[in-house]
Amino acid sequence: MNEDLGLWAVPIAVLGGMLRVSTPFLFVSLGECVTEKSGRINLGLEGTLVFGAMAGYGGSYLTGNPWAGVLLAGIAGTLFGLLHAALCSLPRVNDIAVGIALMILGSGLAFFFGKPLIQPAAPMLPGLSLGGWSDVPQLRSALEVSPLLLIGVVIAVFLLFVFKRTRIGLILRMVGDSADAARAMGYPIIPVRITATAFGGFMAGIAGAYLSLYYPGSWNENISSGQGLIAVALVIFARWNPLACLGAALIFGGAGALGPALQSVGVTSGYYLFYAAPYILTLAILFATSSPRRALEGAPRELSITK
Amino acid sequence: MLPMNRRRFLATTAALSAAPLLGRVSPAFAASLTAGFVYVGPRDDYGYNQSHAEGAAAIRDMAGLTIIEEENVAESDAVVKTMESMIQLDGAGLIFPTSFGYYNPFVVDTAKAYEDVQFRHCGGLWTDKDPKNAGSYFGYIGTAQYICGIIAGHMTKSKRLGFVAAKPIPQVLLNINAYTLGARSVDPEITTQVIFTGDWAMPVKEAEAVNALVDQGADVLTCHVDSPKVFVQTAAGRGAYVTGYHTSQAPLAPEKYLTGAEWHWATVYKMFAEKALAGEELPNFVRGGLAEDFVKISDYGPAVTEEAKKQADAVKAEVMKGGFAVIKGPLKDNKGNDVVAAGNEYPETAIELESMDYLVEGVIGSTS
Amino acid sequence: MSEITDPAPLFRPRARPLLGEVGRRRLEGFLIPLIALLAGLALFGVFIAANGKSPAEFYQLVYRGGFGTWFSLQNTMTRAAPLLLTALCVALPAQLGLVVIGGEGAFVLGGLAAAVVGPLFGFAPGSLAILMMALAGLCAGGLWIGLVGAMRHYRGINETISSLLMAYIAIALMNHFVEGPLKDPASLNKPSTVPLPDDMRVGEIPGMDVHWGFFVGIVACLAAGFVLSRTTFGFAARIAGGNARAAAVQGLPVGRLILAFTAAAGAAAGLAGMIQVAAVQGSANASLAAGYGYTGILIAFLARQNPIAIIPMALLIGGIDAAGGFIQRRMDLPDATVLVLQGILFVSILVSETLSGRLLPSRNAKAGGAS
Repeated sequence: MNEDLGLWAVPIAVLGGMLRVSTPFLFVSLGECVTEKSGRINLGLEGTLVFGAMAGYGGSYLTGNPWAGVLLAGIAGTLFGLLHAALCSLPRVNDIAVGIALMILGSGLAFFFGKPLIQPAAPMLPGLSLGGWSDVPQLRSALEVSPLLLIGVVIAVFLLFVFKRTRIGLILRMVGDSADAARAMGYPIIPVRITATAFGGFMAGIAGAYLSLYYPGSWNENISSGQGLIAVALVIFARWNPLACLGAALIFGGAGALGPALQSVGVTSGYYLFYAAPYILTLAILFATSSPRRALEGAPRELSITK
Repeated sequence: MLPMNRRRFLATTAALSAAPLLGRVSPAFAASLTAGFVYVGPRDDYGYNQSHAEGAAAIRDMAGLTIIEEENVAESDAVVKTMESMIQLDGAGLIFPTSFGYYNPFVVDTAKAYEDVQFRHCGGLWTDKDPKNAGSYFGYIGTAQYICGIIAGHMTKSKRLGFVAAKPIPQVLLNINAYTLGARSVDPEITTQVIFTGDWAMPVKEAEAVNALVDQGADVLTCHVDSPKVFVQTAAGRGAYVTGYHTSQAPLAPEKYLTGAEWHWATVYKMFAEKALAGEELPNFVRGGLAEDFVKISDYGPAVTEEAKKQADAVKAEVMKGGFAVIKGPLKDNKGNDVVAAGNEYPETAIELESMDYLVEGVIGSTS
Repeated sequence: MSEITDPAPLFRPRARPLLGEVGRRRLEGFLIPLIALLAGLALFGVFIAANGKSPAEFYQLVYRGGFGTWFSLQNTMTRAAPLLLTALCVALPAQLGLVVIGGEGAFVLGGLAAAVVGPLFGFAPGSLAILMMALAGLCAGGLWIGLVGAMRHYRGINETISSLLMAYIAIALMNHFVEGPLKDPASLNKPSTVPLPDDMRVGEIPGMDVHWGFFVGIVACLAAGFVLSRTTFGFAARIAGGNARAAAVQGLPVGRLILAFTAAAGAAAGLAGMIQVAAVQGSANASLAAGYGYTGILIAFLARQNPIAIIPMALLIGGIDAAGGFIQRRMDLPDATVLVLQGILFVSILVSETLSGRLLPSRNAKAGGAS
């Protein structure tokens, strides 16, 4: 059966972990990237993700089609995004605070409506085997990926293109960099921000569906361990660059797989510290790449969090 | 009916005969009783909390008994307030706080403050220094894990088992050791690889741990976390066999589910409720295993071979007679130290097992 | 500032308005959150009704379970105790415009530090040991969130993100020490530090079933309110919070303010952790990470970052929590119902900010604008 790989198991596990664990981070951070480019920050994506996980699982269970669940999760996420956007468009309403409020509300509603969904088994999303070329079973399994990951990669590349090369990207950046300039040019600021936040919600909803319908593939109240919040941090870490979001999500996912992988090859003490590795790593990179003198490169200047 | 450690039993009866009849479960009140159940997590988690909720459901229709339940109660003063609220606002006379971390100081202190209410805690180690209106109950599930280990030992081809566990606490270590010893009674070359996730409900880490174990060649896995749902589904998805824990997870993986160690709390709750309704004293220290129907073994799955069933059933029959010891000398831990000398044995009732702090030879992992 | 009165009665045919400008703003500052709370409660009532349950019964149970009896009220105060201090951990940096959401980290480390330091003073009288534990909690929490402030000031790292990451790291550290080097071998199935001796435990307020932590929390909120509204230090903070650049131009030490406020914020949460250990748990263990730090965020925002307003809001949320279990048992609603109610209240309070200055429009726009 499986051959003994010795220490090679660790890099393979980290690779597998990257591909399995990173998708929710990728989706939330890409969505948040667009939202933040427009000058708003939505910390409520954690709640949206949890609600998306519930809605996705429920949708898949009720229709028998996991993709219908993904769609439902996306729609639910969009609604949460619209709610955030609408509330923040009122004068004097702080976007960070609304985000925290929606985090509580989203999780609360998800747990409230999700009770009857804990027990039933919903159809799961299928995986794609990219490792057929290898005869190492561990590698084949590590390369078993969700189509959602590939879709996420495509979205990342597409967003980069949109930001750099298209008029939509230009408007988005302008609204996020200077509301006054955008207003002077006649661009509709509030509609742009509402659309950008709705997109962020949509992506977070899908991220939730990935958790409940692919990996780990279950709905319960502990399904998220803060993926939605951390992904918001990853956007800053990634300097608002969609490709860097992909990289950040992969690094974070891989670092998360390090703890179990090290234990499986016999490095057994201090596992709490290994489990904290992704957070330490993120903080260390933020520290290394920040400077008090220049503003963050790529930061939308209207963004409250970088002001 | 309820086997107790003899020393403890004597102490208990002595204490009880000295004490006056206890308020709310005295005959005058016994015609009706409100019993409160407190759970640390959601009561439909396919795991630990569900096993207790099923026990509570089994006595719901008992005449004269009202059941009240509260879930997701943290192991802090929140549980004190929940218990007090059940007493003060709902008139509860018997309370079952079901999570280990509730016991000291929270259950002990509340029991001191409400002398006429009975508290029976799951997993704690009641001693005669604790309040007389408190007590603890638990099941000897380690022996059930030993039998699951026998099945696993027959079914593994790679001679490697995997164990996903939350924290290296005595209850968990006993399960890991019993499982390993069961498997090694089939083939002494078998090893068990343990991964600790650090907490009781960490779905993503549990799934990652399963993947890491399967990558290392484990082909039969089990776990000790609060909700084994993700564990079972992920392991079965990777093509490994699983043995379950807490409740039966067979519906989640009908082909790959071999068997499992399950709680059967209905036995305990029925006993307490009947005694309380009849106005009898409630025992303070209650333990039971397979023979007492406190724990049970899931029905064997379709993949289990006849040979495996035969040996497991034979050991089970032996266990039912009483006095069976999983932990017996000579026994080394996985660092090479002798932990049990030859000739010594600890049957499941031995109190020493409740403070286990080592992993036996054949387990890959460490206790800290 | 407080001397502005309505300047224009002469030119108005109507009689003097009942309220001056300051009174108007004060009344508005009281009315807006009140209306928001009532609107939130009404909205949640609709939610409950839509789920086929009776809102009237729900609120009656909230009243009974959280406020209606002496027992319920004490239950509420006990639950509010740690929240008063963890809310300060959010409200203090908020004066400078900083959003710190990692109070949970300072809370668990404050608790851990107290559990380590207490037994070192086993030779001393219990009161001295308690004092040293409090100091340890203050320092551990203060350093942790102070570090967040320092990273903000010296490296420009966003405090919201770094405090969140630091909270995860703090919980991992606490678990590592409690289950590794600092574990009491006798703690068996609930790995904990060595239990504190009885004379190092913080007791209950005489005549009540509520520990002293509640009193400490109230005093801390009042003190913070006093410092912010009555001292030059607080005044400087408000200037800096309004506009950091302008404050720096005026020569205000913005960096020192950031360090002082984040450290004080962390100290508050660390003290809450110490009290949790000394008054409730008796030792440090994983139960410290029960989310008090995160609930503090909710309360600080509900109180609109006003330290005095934290007191009623902590009692409100404490009361809803206290009633939560009762509601679960009586109405067969999931425990998350309370979370939905908290979310709705939070949203409605935030949305109400938009009414400020518009609910009771100033009679004299110029006076309103200039003040």
